[in-house]
Amino acid sequence: MAQLLLYGVIYGGIISLGAIGVTLIARILRFSHFAHGDMMALGAYFALFFRVTMGLPMWVSAVLAVGFTAAAAVLIDRLFYRPLRRTSPAILLIASVGVALVVRHLIQFFWGAAVQVYQQGVERPYIIWGLRIRPVQVWILVMAVVLVAGVWLFLQKTRIGKAMRAMADNMDLAAVSGIDTERMIVWTWVLGAALAAAAGIMLGLDTQLRPGMGWFMLLPVFAAAILGGLGNPYGAIAGGMIIGLSQELSTLVFNTAYKPAVSFVLMVLLLLLRPQGLFGGKV
Amino acid sequence: MDWSGIVGYGLFFLTYGGIYAISALGLNVQWGYTGLFNIGVGGFFLVGAYTSAIVTKGPDFSHLGGFGQPFLMGVLSGGAMAALLALLIGIPTLRLRGDYLAIATIGIAETLRLVVTNEQRLTAGVWGIGGIPKPMLSTFGDAYNVFYAALVLLAMLLVYFAIERGIRSPWGRVLKAIREDEAVAQAVGKNVFRFKLQALVLGAFFMGVAGALFAHFVGYISPEAFEPMNATFLVWVMLIVGGSGNSKGAMLGAFVIWAIWSGTEFVAAALPPSFGPRAHALRIVLIGLLLMVMLLVRPQGVLGEERQVSKLVRADRGQRPSAAEG
Repeated sequence: MAQLLLYGVIYGGIISLGAIGVTLIARILRFSHFAHGDMMALGAYFALFFRVTMGLPMWVSAVLAVGFTAAAAVLIDRLFYRPLRRTSPAILLIASVGVALVVRHLIQFFWGAAVQVYQQGVERPYIIWGLRIRPVQVWILVMAVVLVAGVWLFLQKTRIGKAMRAMADNMDLAAVSGIDTERMIVWTWVLGAALAAAAGIMLGLDTQLRPGMGWFMLLPVFAAAILGGLGNPYGAIAGGMIIGLSQELSTLVFNTAYKPAVSFVLMVLLLLLRPQGLFGGKV
Repeated sequence: MDWSGIVGYGLFFLTYGGIYAISALGLNVQWGYTGLFNIGVGGFFLVGAYTSAIVTKGPDFSHLGGFGQPFLMGVLSGGAMAALLALLIGIPTLRLRGDYLAIATIGIAETLRLVVTNEQRLTAGVWGIGGIPKPMLSTFGDAYNVFYAALVLLAMLLVYFAIERGIRSPWGRVLKAIREDEAVAQAVGKNVFRFKLQALVLGAFFMGVAGALFAHFVGYISPEAFEPMNATFLVWVMLIVGGSGNSKGAMLGAFVIWAIWSGTEFVAAALPPSFGPRAHALRIVLIGLLLMVMLLVRPQGVLGEERQVSKLVRADRGQRPSAAEG
């Protein structure tokens, strides 16, 4: 039980990082970014390239991968989303499905469909208070906490963070207050994609990499964002934790194979009972 | 030249194209006319296929079955199950923003894939269901594929005419009004939720029928056959390329995209086998880029939506041509 809680927190942290990006994009760019899961996978595979192909240390690879993924997101925005921005959110959503498809299969094209790992071999888990935790999971846990705290500080304290929240709150008001909306959109992509990449790398460290990993993360990530009230980054963090924990705890009752369905069921229940999300929609 | 091979492939192409066209017609009711996001087309397709297989097969101890119902019964129950599923998914999501429906349909499609993979007693799991009866197999014998292609195309035309009739009725106009501006439709006293639910359910019914026709054609189904790429995205690209909001466009898109998709398979097959999996990935990248280019360059699709103007307006225009551009 306590073991499952621990795994739930780790998984929840990963989901939270993805959900923050989804929620910010949903609020600031006004569309559901369905390619977000595949941006996570892209980050994971960039790190694989630097780690395994280039032979760089893991942390250098991770930092480089985060940078490359953010750049890729800005590029994709320029190429596809920006020209469509004046149309409807519906068209943007379909475009993001198209981007998801292209990104996922470009990954498969360059890296192959087989399962891959950053590091071969089995790690000896630490045993703390009877809980098994692998060294890499300690790292994931620490990084998730640091990143979530970092995002919180970024949104609370920096000019860019405040401007982002202002835009999320009221786009027109933000624009007349002199906030450069196009520039903030670029920042939103950088932040969202960087966190997605970090989440993807953590997932790759915790388990393994495969081209479809992003697709399987899409549902929990969106469920977390919706649970937290789409548009609320703090809600997304809480939503991620709830989804992570309930997916792991569900294995006590249901077949493990149904883990991915848990987030879906939770989401539907929430939409029925409290469609504005657990924490409302304000930032 | 091997004519029988070409004819055989042509029939195969028509059958698959027709099945996809029925799915695309269903999606057109949901997205094209009503503006509902359904990114779980594959889920409804899957339910139709499995339901029809289970309903029509004789006793088989590897999965639920033994009902031995006729083909038509199977296809209709396949559609009905998909429709029921759409009802269940529509009720919590259709009052909310469109994105919620989109993510919920992905959820239901993925959950269904988990269910058919894991519930061995129901669907035989990864082993799949084989020996799905082919209707009137003994009557047509060697010419069976001709019969089945004709059957599928007939079903497609039936669906087409049914949708055309519905869409030109007051009911269809309400759907389009909802797509254009929900608040206005609500303001003139239409029960928006109800109409959206009807469109979702009707579209899902057609997808279920398409799934059932697919199951009886291939004779064997397993969870692998319902990957989101084949069952969902291809149908979306078909509709967007053909022209959403236009039933003819949906059918045209289905055949054109199916031609491109299966044509690239020939190209991929000609490449050295070591290139195989990569070629597959590249084919999908190609389809994805096609979608993006289409959205950027010609978002209305090849055909675009047909304008439907009331006769009264047309008469009015004849008298005052200057006001026509308003």
